[in-house]
Amino acid sequence: MKKAKLIFAAAAMALTLGGGILWASDHQDAPNVKGKSTDITDLYVFQGPNTANLVFVGNVQGLLTPAATATAAFDPNTIIEFKIDNNGDNVEDLVIQCVYNNGKMYIYGPVKPTQTGIGSTVVGTAAVVVPVTPYGQAPIIATSANGITAFAGPRDDPFFFDLDQFHKITGGTATGFNNPGTDTFAGTNVMSVVVEVPKTLLNSTGKIGVWLRTAQQQ
Amino acid sequence: MKKNLVYPLVTLCALLFILSACHKDHPVTPATTDPNTGKVFNVVGDQVGRPGIATVFVASADRDNFNGTIPSLMSPLYQAKFQAQLQAYNGNNYTTNILGLNAAQFTGVLATDVLNVSTTGTTTYYDGTNVLTGRNLTDDVIDISLTLVFGGPTGASNPTLTSDHVNANDKAFLTSFPYEAAPW
Repeated sequence: MKKAKLIFAAAAMALTLGGGILWASDHQDAPNVKGKSTDITDLYVFQGPNTANLVFVGNVQGLLTPAATATAAFDPNTIIEFKIDNNGDNVEDLVIQCVYNNGKMYIYGPVKPTQTGIGSTVVGTAAVVVPVTPYGQAPIIATSANGITAFAGPRDDPFFFDLDQFHKITGGTATGFNNPGTDTFAGTNVMSVVVEVPKTLLNSTGKIGVWLRTAQQQ
Repeated sequence: MKKNLVYPLVTLCALLFILSACHKDHPVTPATTDPNTGKVFNVVGDQVGRPGIATVFVASADRDNFNGTIPSLMSPLYQAKFQAQLQAYNGNNYTTNILGLNAAQFTGVLATDVLNVSTTGTTTYYDGTNVLTGRNLTDDVIDISLTLVFGGPTGASNPTLTSDHVNANDKAFLTSFPYEAAPW
């Protein structure tokens, strides 16, 4: 019974994940973004070592080899935007917008957006502007007068998963994971934006909802 | 909305022009201009709340639509599909998971792809005590997800499927900003 259940599960997974589609985190998740500057890999939001701050990490352009990382760049035509819901209706009340321009990442907000949903309009002037850290150099960090700290540039992909073994399971050539497993994402990089924000700027009453969006200009 | 922006801008430009004209002898440093202000990005790209939701629960044919669906509209469109997928993964034998959530409840949470974050305390995807209060770089979100999907009420079901036994990143994270490790 148990074996039959597992086989069924594996078959169902193979069916769903067939065609070589990865169960990564969100790496290359959909046809319209795969291999593009809009392709998000992961979102992280956590309390900083300074517990008065919250750290927002948005990663794009995953699975970069070191060679590819050397020439990887942010796209001025793509906005990377953290959407923040304050009241549980899953509609953004605040946004943190990240827009690349001429070697620098411009960070806007947290600020009330001029519209909610799919489209984004850059609001006001940047709270902090940070030069993108070139590959191989120490992180360049900028901090605004109101305490927002920002970084933009290539980093090691923080995501870890034995994706190859998972493929074997879904493909029917393995029945489970190995112990120890092998991190398929070892040795690969992402383009990363890290923004650390004082919690006082988030209008929060204790909890927020966050999602990361990318969008392009027409 | 666009129009509303234009008028203040025109006024501001006129004002600056007048001011600079008035102070011909003492040139005013031009106001710092922001190269991106007002730019409109309205072509759908990617969207992520929690890790792995699109790739695990959204059918391939729905992936682009899912990325283009705002979170407040996701649940009515995707909850039933997620529940069917969850049952398919478990041979229609999913009952509850370690959080005590039945199939409808669990997929009801997942179908709105927003990362819940606490602003008053511990942030973690799941640490045994706190549930969905953020996501740390160190959180083993894959094992947590596998356990919630395959582990049953105690987390002990399907033991070969509930952990990939990759428990940490390939590089140590930094203790200070920007926290992520240097690239390879």
